[in-house]
Amino acid sequence: MLDSTPKEMIQRKVGLINPAKTCQPIGAMYAALGIYRCLPHSHGSQGCCSYHRSHLTRHFRDPIMASSSSFTEGASVFGGGANLKTSIKNVFEIYDPDIMAVHTTCLTETIGDDIPSILSTAEVPEGKRVIYASTPSYVGSHITGFSNMTTGMVNCLVEPGEKEKKEQVNVLPGFVNPGDMREIKRMLKELGIKFIMFPDTTGVVDSPMTGRYQMFPRGGARVKDIQDSGSSKFTIALGFFASSEAAFLLDRKCSVPPVVLRTPVGIKATDEFLMTLRNRFIQDIPYELEEERGQLVDIMTDTHFHFHGRKVALFGDPDMLTAMTEFLLSLGMIPAYVLTGSPGALFEKEINTMLKAAGVEGKVRAAGDLFELHQWIKNGPVDLLIGNTYGKYIARAEDIPFVRLGFPVMDRSVHSYLPVVGYRGAMRLIEMISGALLDRADRDAAEEDFELVM
Amino acid sequence: MGLHEKDLNAIFERYPAKVRRNRKKHILVVKDTSQERQQIEANTRTIPGIITTRGCAFAGCKGVVLGPLKDMVHIVHGPVGCGYYAWLTRRNKARAEDPKKNFLHYCVTTDMQESDIVFGGEKKLSGMIDEVVEIFKPNAITVSATCPVGLIGDDINAIAREAQEKHKIPILAFSCEGYKGVSQSAGHHIANNGLMEGIVGQGEMTEPPHRFSINLLGEYNIGGDSWEIDRILQGIGYYLVAPMTGDGSFETLKNAHVAELNLVQCHRSINYIAEMLETKYGTPWLKVNFIGIQNTIDSLRDMALYFGDRELTQRTEEFIARELAMIEPVMEQYKKICQGKTAFCFVGGSRGHHYQGLFGEMGMDTVLAGYEFAHRDDYEGREIIPDIKLDADSRNIPDLKVTPDKELFRLKITPEKKKELQDKIPLSNYQGMIQEMKDGSLVVDDLNHFETEEFIRLLKPDLFASGVKDKYVAQKMGIPSKQLHSYDYSGPYEGFRGAVKFAEDVAMGFVSPTWNFILPPWKKDPL
Repeated sequence: MLDSTPKEMIQRKVGLINPAKTCQPIGAMYAALGIYRCLPHSHGSQGCCSYHRSHLTRHFRDPIMASSSSFTEGASVFGGGANLKTSIKNVFEIYDPDIMAVHTTCLTETIGDDIPSILSTAEVPEGKRVIYASTPSYVGSHITGFSNMTTGMVNCLVEPGEKEKKEQVNVLPGFVNPGDMREIKRMLKELGIKFIMFPDTTGVVDSPMTGRYQMFPRGGARVKDIQDSGSSKFTIALGFFASSEAAFLLDRKCSVPPVVLRTPVGIKATDEFLMTLRNRFIQDIPYELEEERGQLVDIMTDTHFHFHGRKVALFGDPDMLTAMTEFLLSLGMIPAYVLTGSPGALFEKEINTMLKAAGVEGKVRAAGDLFELHQWIKNGPVDLLIGNTYGKYIARAEDIPFVRLGFPVMDRSVHSYLPVVGYRGAMRLIEMISGALLDRADRDAAEEDFELVM
Repeated sequence: MGLHEKDLNAIFERYPAKVRRNRKKHILVVKDTSQERQQIEANTRTIPGIITTRGCAFAGCKGVVLGPLKDMVHIVHGPVGCGYYAWLTRRNKARAEDPKKNFLHYCVTTDMQESDIVFGGEKKLSGMIDEVVEIFKPNAITVSATCPVGLIGDDINAIAREAQEKHKIPILAFSCEGYKGVSQSAGHHIANNGLMEGIVGQGEMTEPPHRFSINLLGEYNIGGDSWEIDRILQGIGYYLVAPMTGDGSFETLKNAHVAELNLVQCHRSINYIAEMLETKYGTPWLKVNFIGIQNTIDSLRDMALYFGDRELTQRTEEFIARELAMIEPVMEQYKKICQGKTAFCFVGGSRGHHYQGLFGEMGMDTVLAGYEFAHRDDYEGREIIPDIKLDADSRNIPDLKVTPDKELFRLKITPEKKKELQDKIPLSNYQGMIQEMKDGSLVVDDLNHFETEEFIRLLKPDLFASGVKDKYVAQKMGIPSKQLHSYDYSGPYEGFRGAVKFAEDVAMGFVSPTWNFILPPWKKDPL
């Protein structure tokens, strides 16, 4: 397994070997699924759309619907305006969504298709909408694509609202699972605060089994709610990389002040999320949430000796990693290697600041790849690896306990239904991490050291 | 099977006029196939906006054909996505004698950035090749192009040539940009051409290493399929020169020219190589099908007929008898569960046909079958190839013209013998899917999501067999679904043992108690 990865670090200057990111359009497609009765549309050759649907389906194990402009060579030469217009006609006639969310691909970006001007002359049926985002695959990563489509929602749907703001908050959850979005909504409901969340993929990519297939299930943010987000008191953008752009645009367009917070993974980030809401709405945290927090701290203190001083390598998406690094530090663990495939100098700076403050030495890398991470591990072993499914190859090659977290997780089920955010999510993370570490301790224990209680 | 014309028309009526005219040509109800050939439209453009299951030329080239070659590093020149999605997602298993020469777990991409799109990515590609050679020391390298590469005009052929000079290993470039052709099929063709030009025939062998030397073409070793075939072939006494391309390698592929016979499993993805091998090296090809018990037996008997060796024939029959004795009682068990049920089978460019025999052996009827990226000959048989009109999209894929190799061409059988055999076995021939389908069953080319839903409602199949993108659609309707691309991570499904495994998995899908919970008790027993 990965036998050709040498221990000696090799100076590499170009390209990636085993990427820790993928391209923008898949992120845009996922975000678009977070609108009720929305059909994502990939403007390019059909392979992209097919790959993205397959990949998302493997992660969520639910139908993922999206259409494509299905370019051939001719369209690539003469421009894709005709293909997009035909697509719009066919999509609304055959599938009847309320809204289509068009994103571009590296093909249509390279030939320079101007989506707004194509759309301005397209025939969109009465009462239907087409929104768009520019998502070149050669810029950023799937997180950028998610951010761009979320920004596209603000750009295309939100009108400058009334000056008088409503007692409601916009919550942009970032690139997280529907289980996480559900948990964020639950916390907001516990607080009794009126909110608008978008995108919201709950009920879309985790729809229930009813014996009836619905192309557009009940879930997703309602268009009218997204439109109304310009009237909210403020916006909480969870995760700088996935959510801040949309929040900034909402501020520019409708004077809704943005608050950019970490994805509420772990105790500190969840505290910050709740404190922001408490302070802005001047209301106390309900006992139910305080009780959950108390339970979490109880678990953390009960189990600290399993974690303290253990070295962890983690990779994934930047917003998840910043929050997760902080949580690992709260548990007394050492995030020895933190690597994202997405570009971002800010990411490295933020993690380094965190590590420094904790007095922990660690390597941090944005725009890295798993080949590099593997080489680091070969040169300085770790006790645990945390990352998406692709990490299992490194975990096996180096015989390291492995916790699956992030996107995509394709070889396990249930993960997308259960949260890692909030206090309950933190409990789940502790269960996953300690489970992996203790299973390994059991596996490696000599017969005479094998114990009933650990 | 009662499929009424009016039901079919009701589906068409829901389409806009242009779409209706187009789709009607891709759908047919099978009529008495002994009377006349039925025509179906295939390998034409996907309608923009239609939710199709098709992929692109890159997926066919790198994803399907090149990807399984284990001792080569496959570089994807383009932005990160294409390489990423084709990384470990096809299940083409491989064992390498030297673990340091198995690169299947690596995804190598030039990860083009905006500046590369503006200023060109050629430097980056040659730099990547240098690094790959330094790190992996592979026997050979492939470079596959993605959409923007063709548009900005990076000359990947020139870069590969220069790098080949520099590093003294074969470096093959494939211009398989996603927009080429109308589906994955274009990519298969491009890959076939490249492998023929760049690898096959370059090995040192001039004579077959064994009397019964064969190549296995169009078999991708999903879930270990080709290892089951290998077990059978070895058990009978064949020698496998080059598997293509599942568990395949540069090292074996380069000697593919010496085999006495080429077996073709997936006709669509590799018939080009089969034909070129015949022209260039004089090796005939035999259409085989190792999915299903009788299909496997027929294929083995056809092979024995080809070689015409008494002992080989005897060993074939003995092997078949031994296997049957082992599997028949087990199959009977599963047959009890599957008997009388129907299957909906939309998959690939051969499997839609290949699986029907196995379903039949399980007591199941296939009510609808079709392919994502087939050509008319896959449905109607190779006879109609001269009638296929070449359109602009196909014309863009270069046809490689090969001629008999001056040194290596060796007629493996005489023309007289070939003619005699062709009356008995599918030698250099494929009859196509429709021939073997029952009257009244439905054939659909490039089935799309709308039709999937409608046909499921209309035909009410008991089993839905397709790919990951539509699997959960059927399951949400309460219909068990099998992914016939990835086998739902089970398998192997080919050969004798594979048939049993498949029957077991399908039966499991039918009897699982989980389906009984769909309706909540309060819906069954309202207040």
